[in-house]
Amino acid sequence: MYIYDEYDHTILRQRVAQFRDQTERFLAGEIKPEEFLPLRLQNGLYIQRLAPMLRINVPYGMINSTQLRRLAHVARHYDKGYCHVSTRQNIQFNWPDLTEVPNILEELAEVQMHGTQSSGNCIRNTTSDQFAGVAEDEIVDPRPYCEIIRQWSTFHPEFAFLPRKFKIAVTGSRQDRAAVQVHDIGLQIVLNDAGEVGFKVYVGGGLGRTPVIGSVIREYLPQEHLLTYLEAILRVYNLYGRRDNKFKARIKILVRALTPEVFTEKVEAEWAQLKGSSSTLTQAEIDRAKSFFTEPPYETIDNAAAQAEVDALASENLAFSKWLQRNVRGHRVPGYAAVTLSLKPTGVAPGDITDRQLEIIADLADEFSFSEARTTHEQNIVLADVKKTQLFALWQTAKAAGFATPNIGTITDIICCPGGDFCSLANAKSIPIAESIQRQFEDMDYVYDLGDIDLNISGCMNACGHHHVGHIGILGVDKKGEEFYQVQLGGSASNDATLGDVLGPSFSAEDMPQVIQKLVDVFVENRTEEELFIDTYRRIGATPFKERVYAKAS
Amino acid sequence: MPKLVKDGAIVDDVWTCLPKPEGEDAASVSVPEGQVIVPLSVWLAQKSQLQGRTDIGVWLDSDETADMIGEEAASLPLIAVNFPTFMDGRAFSTARLLRERYGFTGELRAVGNFIRDQLCYLRRCGVNAFAFSNPDIDLQAALKSLNDFTEYYQASVDQPLPLFRRRA
Repeated sequence: MYIYDEYDHTILRQRVAQFRDQTERFLAGEIKPEEFLPLRLQNGLYIQRLAPMLRINVPYGMINSTQLRRLAHVARHYDKGYCHVSTRQNIQFNWPDLTEVPNILEELAEVQMHGTQSSGNCIRNTTSDQFAGVAEDEIVDPRPYCEIIRQWSTFHPEFAFLPRKFKIAVTGSRQDRAAVQVHDIGLQIVLNDAGEVGFKVYVGGGLGRTPVIGSVIREYLPQEHLLTYLEAILRVYNLYGRRDNKFKARIKILVRALTPEVFTEKVEAEWAQLKGSSSTLTQAEIDRAKSFFTEPPYETIDNAAAQAEVDALASENLAFSKWLQRNVRGHRVPGYAAVTLSLKPTGVAPGDITDRQLEIIADLADEFSFSEARTTHEQNIVLADVKKTQLFALWQTAKAAGFATPNIGTITDIICCPGGDFCSLANAKSIPIAESIQRQFEDMDYVYDLGDIDLNISGCMNACGHHHVGHIGILGVDKKGEEFYQVQLGGSASNDATLGDVLGPSFSAEDMPQVIQKLVDVFVENRTEEELFIDTYRRIGATPFKERVYAKAS
Repeated sequence: MPKLVKDGAIVDDVWTCLPKPEGEDAASVSVPEGQVIVPLSVWLAQKSQLQGRTDIGVWLDSDETADMIGEEAASLPLIAVNFPTFMDGRAFSTARLLRERYGFTGELRAVGNFIRDQLCYLRRCGVNAFAFSNPDIDLQAALKSLNDFTEYYQASVDQPLPLFRRRA
């Protein structure tokens, strides 16, 4: 994991001092509220429905046990004893006091954490694959490039007042787990015929009120040109993106207005001027970035023996066996596995985690996974480097702490925004809908039989819950002061990125569990062996689902 | 005389800024004697006469790009970039382009509704003079914001080498 040197510390300390001064000037009435707004947002601070919300970056999801303990401390001392893992791998505190925020940021800076550029019209935290570095299908570890992008985008003087927010995601695996096609810029690491590392560049994807799948503007960008190319894209966007209408200000609107072809020409023309400049990456810098993401001291393990040990325990313990099936996945190093801790037990807001649980995860990371953990955009936590022979011990502790719910990837592993319970943008609540659906699907054997289903819920069209790319997506809408829920089917955030189709008229909150049940029933009745929900939907189309859900009561 | 921040000090503003012509042909706007900053449209329409003067500056609105002045920037003593609102960040790119692509070495001035807390980033993009539209701004206090940061990751006008090429 990246470790700050004196330069990084200096820059972050200066940022904390700057924001402390800005906050003091604001509280003294020297900065107008509308001028303080972007300043506080670019330090992660929102004013929400009930209290401020402070968003702390977890750069591309990487977090260590020291940082987890510091977050626990912040949750306990400055907040109500819990925080929330966001759909962009970040951590959110829901109840901090504005006057204490500079102190919180100072405490976090000590452990190399911050809220800078976690909000506002600037380049946000770069996100990535939670299994980076350990995935069996990985081509190249994306994290060194994420870190290079993090440094380039941090306090970039030219791009702090963009038309709108800007999100970059990077994946280095064959299967895209970072949803790169629905980001402002998506980078997919590819190798050319000579085996040299480069990027396939997607631009203009995004969710929100105008969901778009990104366009490929370059099939292969050699790695050394990463920053100059990003700079060219951002400059074209900064100069030509719309600023007259907040809802048409994202880069996807510019790409669509110009057409991807013309947009590409503009970027390439700008890049022709920047290519080869001092921002061109050196091999030394790429090597330096890679040096922070070298292998931990893995042991040489007899995989067959380790697997046999796990299998023996699994055969005696059904619950452990279910957990292995859903929450544990393969690892490129023999004898190791990657474990996902579920933050989706029924009855807890998806992604919420208490101070004590953060500390337990820190302990687990220290004991089982080289003191590191990862946050996921599905709002869970991963321990990426666990010895198979320690899985049973890990499971027992995780179970006692409440995050061994064996539901990863299933219909109850719901991606869900904070919704109307917390967020001032929301049109409707989302957390109670998630809970009611989880209660509808309490029979875990039935849930396993259904296989992987991505169910995503957003409380408004800003789509923080990624409803457009759920196999089943739910969108909260407001109709004359009443909350209703629209259902979409067939979305995907993976390599086959697809936006879901709206099923039809929306439903009331109390209808939702039955509506989802009926959709699942149609799937179960129509599926062929091996088919997942999304496959069946793609094969049979929306009509059978519509007919069932909107059937007149007889 | 109004004051502004220039090269880190508070100085008299000796320039007069001409507004955009409204309902008038840019070619027929009369440009007075003395140090005058003219709108881009006037500059473009009257370039042949104005180029003979050494006391003419040009201001760009946020929707006017650096290439509209282009290489001729190098011969101007002053170019201003306007902020209709402080949230309109196009001037950051325009400033860099004037400095880095079009060889402008004169006074690069931010005008309009930018805010004190943008000074450091503006300075990094090559702006060296700051004329706040609000006359009540405490310029002495604002000077402090020029150097909110003394170390940076990226290459920019004030530091042409990115940190990764300077890291010991």
